[in-house]
Amino acid sequence: MKHILALLAVILMTQFTCAQTVEVCKTCPISTLSDGISQAKDFDTIVVKKGTYKEHNVIVDKPLTIIGENYPIIDGELKGEIITIISDNVTVDGLFIINVGNSYTADYAAIRVKNSKNFLIQNLVLEKLFFGIYIEKSRDGKVFHNKIIGEAVEEYNSGNGIQLWYSKNVLIEHNFVQHVRDGIYLEFSDFCTIKNNVSTLNVRYGLHFMFSNDDLYEDNTFENNGAGVAVMFSRRIKMFNNSFKENWGTASYGLLLKEINDAEIKGNTFEDNTIGINVEGSNRINYTHNTFKNNGWAIKVKGACYTNIFTENNFLYNSFDIAYNSKVNDNEFDKNYWSSYTGYDLDKNGIGDIPYRPVKLFSYIVNRTPETIILLRSMFIDIIDFSEKVSPVFTPDDLLDNNPLIKKLTW
Amino acid sequence: MRSRWSYVYFAFYLLLGVVLLFLNNDLSKAVITLMNVIIVLVPLIGTIFGVMYYYNSQEFTELLLAQPIKRSSIFLGQYLGVALSLSMSLILGLGIPFVFYGLFESSAIWDFSLLLITGTFLTLIFTALAFNIALSNENKIKGFGYAILLWLFLAVIYDGLFLMTLIFFEDYPLDKVSLIGTMLNPIDLSRTLILLKLDISALLGYTGAVFKQFFGTSFGLIVSFVMLTVWVVMPVLRIIFKSKKKDF
Repeated sequence: MKHILALLAVILMTQFTCAQTVEVCKTCPISTLSDGISQAKDFDTIVVKKGTYKEHNVIVDKPLTIIGENYPIIDGELKGEIITIISDNVTVDGLFIINVGNSYTADYAAIRVKNSKNFLIQNLVLEKLFFGIYIEKSRDGKVFHNKIIGEAVEEYNSGNGIQLWYSKNVLIEHNFVQHVRDGIYLEFSDFCTIKNNVSTLNVRYGLHFMFSNDDLYEDNTFENNGAGVAVMFSRRIKMFNNSFKENWGTASYGLLLKEINDAEIKGNTFEDNTIGINVEGSNRINYTHNTFKNNGWAIKVKGACYTNIFTENNFLYNSFDIAYNSKVNDNEFDKNYWSSYTGYDLDKNGIGDIPYRPVKLFSYIVNRTPETIILLRSMFIDIIDFSEKVSPVFTPDDLLDNNPLIKKLTW
Repeated sequence: MRSRWSYVYFAFYLLLGVVLLFLNNDLSKAVITLMNVIIVLVPLIGTIFGVMYYYNSQEFTELLLAQPIKRSSIFLGQYLGVALSLSMSLILGLGIPFVFYGLFESSAIWDFSLLLITGTFLTLIFTALAFNIALSNENKIKGFGYAILLWLFLAVIYDGLFLMTLIFFEDYPLDKVSLIGTMLNPIDLSRTLILLKLDISALLGYTGAVFKQFFGTSFGLIVSFVMLTVWVVMPVLRIIFKSKKKDF
């Protein structure tokens, strides 16, 4: 056993001693990144010194570590893709990449990872980009601490900040994405973790899932996007402790769920959104410990949603708590705190003695004739809401929280 | 007479403010509750008080009319006396508990000042409307009846009719109609003004360019204030006009 360990140690040491450092700078023998790559051997480290390198179509075809010193600028001069990684075990660290080419036929990216494993992309700054970091058919990698600032205005001619396509087991952590189409986009990508990112001011979504299963996103912040997060056609997604803020506009949501099954939504904060969560055709979702504050609509349920369970959430000062567009209800609301609950608690067990009806008649009317929103908080509306509450005619009569809490929940 | 009632009114708001803050422990929620109270109660009290004051001081007014004083200054003086003392009661009664509760350090200060401004406007408008009713009706019972009806109409019935109209014509583009409908009722107008602050996220949910321009920019705020001012000026002008012509 000892021998084997010793042997292993020796092999590792020789590996390390074999690995050379290749320096790239303006005055060195090797003055471009592509030259550096072609001259380097497997497992070498390339150090790129400070300076501006006008390069595009740089292909990394062997396992290398590329490190930028003091953020050297790689300028693509709008000619196309800048760095493409097609080998396993590649690390890219500390580059400042600008001017990715724009195209309507090819998805040019600042840095693309293609069919590779164990990649690490960190500490990059990307500006003036089309697509930022594009990971396709790759697995077991990490995208860490990058800053991506785009200039997207329209959806059709802009790209995504970080895009995953047919990738597995990728960790996306501590990134900062702004002004692109979708901050982070996952398509056919499973078992990925998206953590501690900040995605703001994007044209479309802060984070977007399509046909991706078993992913987790937590502790992210989504602010001021076209819509915060869109989760579509995906299964078993976990959404924990994220914050969705100020997604304002006619088709703006904090979180959009479409055809989502078996998800878990826990500990999130939805604040000042036009619609907190818009749910469509989604089943078996557990909502717990979320806080909905000052939203236009906290939750809008648009049909074909079954067995969703809402427990122990805070609904605070939303213009509408829940909106439904049908009379059928198969979802369960239990033990939530509703700031507009007006009941009493005579036995002092912390649970209101009369059930709470979260769907107001007025939200029905607004659904039908949107202009009537202007009558919000009018006394007449209060009166009809009250009469509907006493005997429901238009709203689902089994939609109620039987155990509304008297005090706001804290965790 | 006037001073005693305005003290009661002041005490009522003081109590309301204190109780609300005591129960809520949250300034912004208290502001929302107050909004509901102010929009319904201020017009009611303004109307009732205005009519009551006019009828009560009718004999004194007739005595004053015998003196060489301009008619407009008698009636305007009476109107301003009532309206301003009511406004003062409102502002001080609500202001004092909120200030003590730490309003100046809170983010709710703008919402709250907007609330007081609309409250004052509503007092001015409804007292003026009440004086108009009283001037046009010698019969006290009739005058009171009309005043209550006016309040009921503007506070409740108008919105009902408005809602029915919107639903009935839902196939047509309605955003202009609904904004104009709001402008024509001072209670709705003040409600919208407060909505702009409290429920802006819901209001932006509706797709309509006119709505968007109105609610999304300061345009809405400015237009609302202009309309409220018009609503004060029109009845006051009618008071002057009517009082000049009226036979006593």
